[in-house]
Amino acid sequence: MELLCPAGNYPALKTAIDNGADAVYIGMKNDTNARHFAGLNFNDGKLVKAADYVHKHNKKLHVAINTFAHPGAQQRWQKAVDDAVAIGCDALIIADIGVLDYAANKYPHVERHVSVQASTTNLAAIEFYQQNFDVARVVLPRVLSVQQVRQLAKNSPVALEVFAFGSLCIMSEGRCYLSSYMTGESPNTVGACSPAKYVRWQETEQGLESRLNNVLIDRYKEGENAGYPTLCKGRFDVDDNVYHALEEPTSLNTLELIPELAKMGIASVKIEGRQRSPAYVEQVAKTWRAALDRYQQSPEAYQVENEWMATLANLSEGTQTTLGAYYRKWQ
Amino acid sequence: MKFSLGAAQFFWPKQQVEDFYQQAKDSSADIIYVGETVCSKRRELRDKDWLALAQDIATTGKQVVISTMTLLESPAELQVLKRLCNNGDLLVEANDLSAVQVMHELKLPFVVGAAINCYNLATLKVLLKQGMTRWVMPVELSGDWLKQLLDEAEDEGIRSQFEAEVFSWGYMPLAYSARCFTARSEDRPKDDCQYCCINYPQGRRMNSREGERVFVLNGIQTMSGYQYNLINEMADMQAMGVDVVRISPDSELALQKLDDFRAQLTSAKQYPLDGKAECNGYWHKIAGMSVQ
Repeated sequence: MELLCPAGNYPALKTAIDNGADAVYIGMKNDTNARHFAGLNFNDGKLVKAADYVHKHNKKLHVAINTFAHPGAQQRWQKAVDDAVAIGCDALIIADIGVLDYAANKYPHVERHVSVQASTTNLAAIEFYQQNFDVARVVLPRVLSVQQVRQLAKNSPVALEVFAFGSLCIMSEGRCYLSSYMTGESPNTVGACSPAKYVRWQETEQGLESRLNNVLIDRYKEGENAGYPTLCKGRFDVDDNVYHALEEPTSLNTLELIPELAKMGIASVKIEGRQRSPAYVEQVAKTWRAALDRYQQSPEAYQVENEWMATLANLSEGTQTTLGAYYRKWQ
Repeated sequence: MKFSLGAAQFFWPKQQVEDFYQQAKDSSADIIYVGETVCSKRRELRDKDWLALAQDIATTGKQVVISTMTLLESPAELQVLKRLCNNGDLLVEANDLSAVQVMHELKLPFVVGAAINCYNLATLKVLLKQGMTRWVMPVELSGDWLKQLLDEAEDEGIRSQFEAEVFSWGYMPLAYSARCFTARSEDRPKDDCQYCCINYPQGRRMNSREGERVFVLNGIQTMSGYQYNLINEMADMQAMGVDVVRISPDSELALQKLDDFRAQLTSAKQYPLDGKAECNGYWHKIAGMSVQ
């Protein structure tokens, strides 16, 4: 199984490769990718450097073009494809059907992966992408149980990639407009969820409050761990019961699923976090490399080390991790 | 301009569904969408019941469309989808690309629902080739976005090949998850949900701790806390060539809304919106929950 790591900048990319990533995924410095944050991502010169570094080490570079093209601006998404191909990327990760169509026609020889943002959760949808755009791989949304992933893997005509670690998106990706409902901006349209410019922190008599575009997302008592106000991870009121109505601040961690994922033939395990620091990338890449190598060496004896779990928990939202939808009881 | 009644999003007892559609048969709707779009565990009506209901409504001369599931995760769900798609004569609304694929294989025309990510001309063209005859715009897009896209379709010479439909009134579906939030609100896992959605015929309100209606929980679906209302945008929609205006039913009230919206075509009036219960922000390219 390929270990696919995120890189939001050149130092993170180098760190990923140096610490055991088989492949790295990056995005352009504009709204064509779903981590469109200030100070992040790659432009012309950096793109070339990134590709050089990755290829010098015989690793692979994937470029995420995973937002949806705006009318009148489709050239920007097409240019992102052109630029990614020009630097010799090994795979394009695409969400928009129109952009996939462009890439498949213009660059049939460059591998196309269906982005998680395309929300492909079943065999017929996979066949749609395979038959229309000859895609090489589909990245599965974080809504399937392990059993469902296994069933798909058994029948899928193309390779599958799954999310292995990182911030947990609990909705079917690419089909969540909660962020634009509250702020006007969503991953699909601007490449960001719960954008930082709408976040406001305020000390009040009732405690520290986090708001997104003025809507109260959470309120913390003294000593409580306050996290970024991603709107699906706040505490809300359902008939006078205040709780994390959608999800708690937590990250996905699937170290214990490595044997199952490997046996079902999953092509790649993906680490989330292009917005995270090189230090995060280093720790996660190192830990996952160690786990995958351990499994490779003796599949039967594979066991998750406590130390790996502790390292990853420290890098997680709310310092806790979950198996998410892979585990049916989570659902 | 035509007016449609979207598929009912909430889980209602069979009798309530049948009563609702008996009334809908007498409503002013030109098009009625029926079917379960949210959760395959909702089986008050089985696929054959939905098809029978649809056939019954079709006797009124209204166009009836079979709406299909949005999030399909299992082979069993795909089997049901295939049966609904291959129903003989009724048009189908695809709410996932699986349905697009199935309809294309059957060489049958279909409606592309709002949950399919069709944001631009290149995507419209691909879907037209697959057999799309009507496109429902994703709810998060604005009037400007729509106008520009429809103009591009006109310039490309393909505008006459499809109808454009806009979700114009009701609680908007905003997200779909593996997790059932209604079951979670009762502290149950989805596999032991006891079909509790049926106890919330208009979903469960999820408010901020300041009492602001943020979302409505409807099983695995998260909906807008406010009702979308584009009644004051009818003239704009008409001018840009919107073919179908969709009213999404939460109750019988929706049938009255069909009349109110239609009346705007002959004697337009300005309706003040209640910012604590209604919104129109998406249309105006601002936060969806806002009013402009």
